This record gives sequence, structure tokens and C-alpha cells, in this order.
Amino acid sequence: MGGVSVAPTEIERPESAEEPVEVPQPDVPWATVVHNDPVNLMSYVTFVFQSYFGYPKEKAKKLMMDVHHKGRAVVSTGSREEMERDVQAMHGYGLWATLQQDR
Amino acid sequence: MAGHFEATGDGGAAIALDEVEISILRSLVVQLLELIGPGEESAEGEQDPLASLFAEGPSEPPSDPALARLFPDAYGPGPAGRREGENGESAEDEEERRASAEFRRYTEKDLRARKREDGLAVVRALDALTPDPASRRGGAGGAVLTLKPEESRQWLGALNDLRLAIGARLEVTDDDDSSELYHLPDSDPRKPMVMAYLWLGGLQETLIETLLP
Repeated sequence: MGGVSVAPTEIERPESAEEPVEVPQPDVPWATVVHNDPVNLMSYVTFVFQSYFGYPKEKAKKLMMDVHHKGRAVVSTGSREEMERDVQAMHGYGLWATLQQDR
Repeated sequence: MAGHFEATGDGGAAIALDEVEISILRSLVVQLLELIGPGEESAEGEQDPLASLFAEGPSEPPSDPALARLFPDAYGPGPAGRREGENGESAEDEEERRASAEFRRYTEKDLRARKREDGLAVVRALDALTPDPASRRGGAGGAVLTLKPEESRQWLGALNDLRLAIGARLEVTDDDDSSELYHLPDSDPRKPMVMAYLWLGGLQETLIETLLP
């Protein structure tokens, strides 16, 4: 992402959300969203968040409750490639997940 | 059908199943495997491994509701679905559709392979069971199934896929007990499938408990 710049940059910009966007930004973070569904068990959804993301039990449970009550929850953020990986993993577990730009 | 999984102490799980349970479970998983479809290798007999490595998956979502639930779109509104009846579709809809199609082309084959592997692991484990004539819990033809930790994960995946597929068939829409599905009269043709759905939920729930630290 940040990567190596070939030419020396003129300005060292701090990471800032206010930076004016001139070109489509590849660095705008993406998010993996898990949607509520009536079939997946609450214990299973919590288990998936714990075992795939390595979240502690409390965080996994809170995210599961968000999915359950609000209908959806952002479970991870990162680059588009990373989020596609997470979405694919969620589909592997049978959770309904989508990715979107985290605006 | 009150069987449930128990932790074996070494990370695995065990359950006593009677003959009928073994046969129902096997038959449901075989139906799931038929739904997911055959792998590359059995489609054409001998398949060039290199060709199948580069072969692309489908770009359109499956039309069957159960399959569509197992292989959802990666971009878009999720289960809420697109609103129908709007004049034309927005550029955003179109972009999401394009991105979903591309994602599907590169991931669905692997996803199907994984789900197939999980289902096959269940069938293999059931077929390897040795009936225990002396089993008091299982009765004649019953057996005690013991799973290693890795097998538990495959079973968990297959049980979940099975419940998703049956849930789609039964059009389960509520996640509370008030749904009419859970209060069907015995004469209702959906009753056996609902019973199987609830039984699988119990199996899955107790299997998860054995996997939690």
C-alpha cells in the first residue's frame, strides 16, 4: 500500500483523513460486513469470529450481538485484497458477508 | 433423537448415534453433496491438473435458493436484496454486480471444493463406524462416533452448510421460536424436515461447545 516511492517525495504527509482526494484512492479502507441470517447459530457466529479473526471472546460476542440486533456489523477493515480474503473465508464458514468501501 | 456431542479431553468430540440417526445424517449429507455438485476430477474422467488449476468458476449466482445461500455475492446489499421496481440500475449497482461476478469466478470453485470435502469427511466417518451390538445407548446398529479436532471442524462446516440448505428450503425467516415452522401439526409435509433441522442444530451447538477453549 504505502510502499516504496521511486522519486523523493516533496512533502512528507502525515496520514490524514482530511487530505483532498484527487484520484480514486486505493488506500481508502475497505470493510468486511457480516449480515444477520435466521439460520446461523449465535454460538457458531461467535466461534467463527474467535477462530478466524482471533478476536477475544468478549469482542467476538459483541460483534455477533451487533449482527443479530442491528442486522449487520463491520467485522474487519483493511485493503480491498485483505477484505476479499476475509469475505471468502466468511463464505467458507457459511456466514453471509460482503465487502464495501468504509466510507 | 437426544444425542449430543461431548468433548473427549484431547480436543476431539464423541457422540453416540443410533442406526436411524446415522442413516438420516448420511442421506442428508449425500443430498448436500449432490446439491454442491461433482468436483472437476469426476466431471471429465481424467482432467489435466494444470487446466483445472486455471479454469475459472461461474460468474453468475446460482439460481437455486439453497445454493445461492451457500455461495452469496461478495458485493452488494446482502440479504436485504436490491430494491425491485426502480427505473434502471445505478452505476453503483452495476459496479457491484461486476465485482461480484469477478470474485465468484476466482473463488467459487475453491469454496465448492471445501464444502464438498467437509461433506465427504462426514460420509467417510459415518461409513467407518462399526456397529456396536452391545451399545446400550445406541441400540442395535448404533455406534459411538469419535472425531479428531480437525474432523470436528469439518463436521461443524458440513452441519452448518446442511442447516443453511435446509433453512433455505424451509424458508426459515425468523430466528426465534415463535415461527409457525416450529409448531406444525404432525400432518404437515414439512414436519420431518423441520425435525431434522432442529436435530442438526442441537448437534452443531454441542459440537461447538467441545471446540471452545
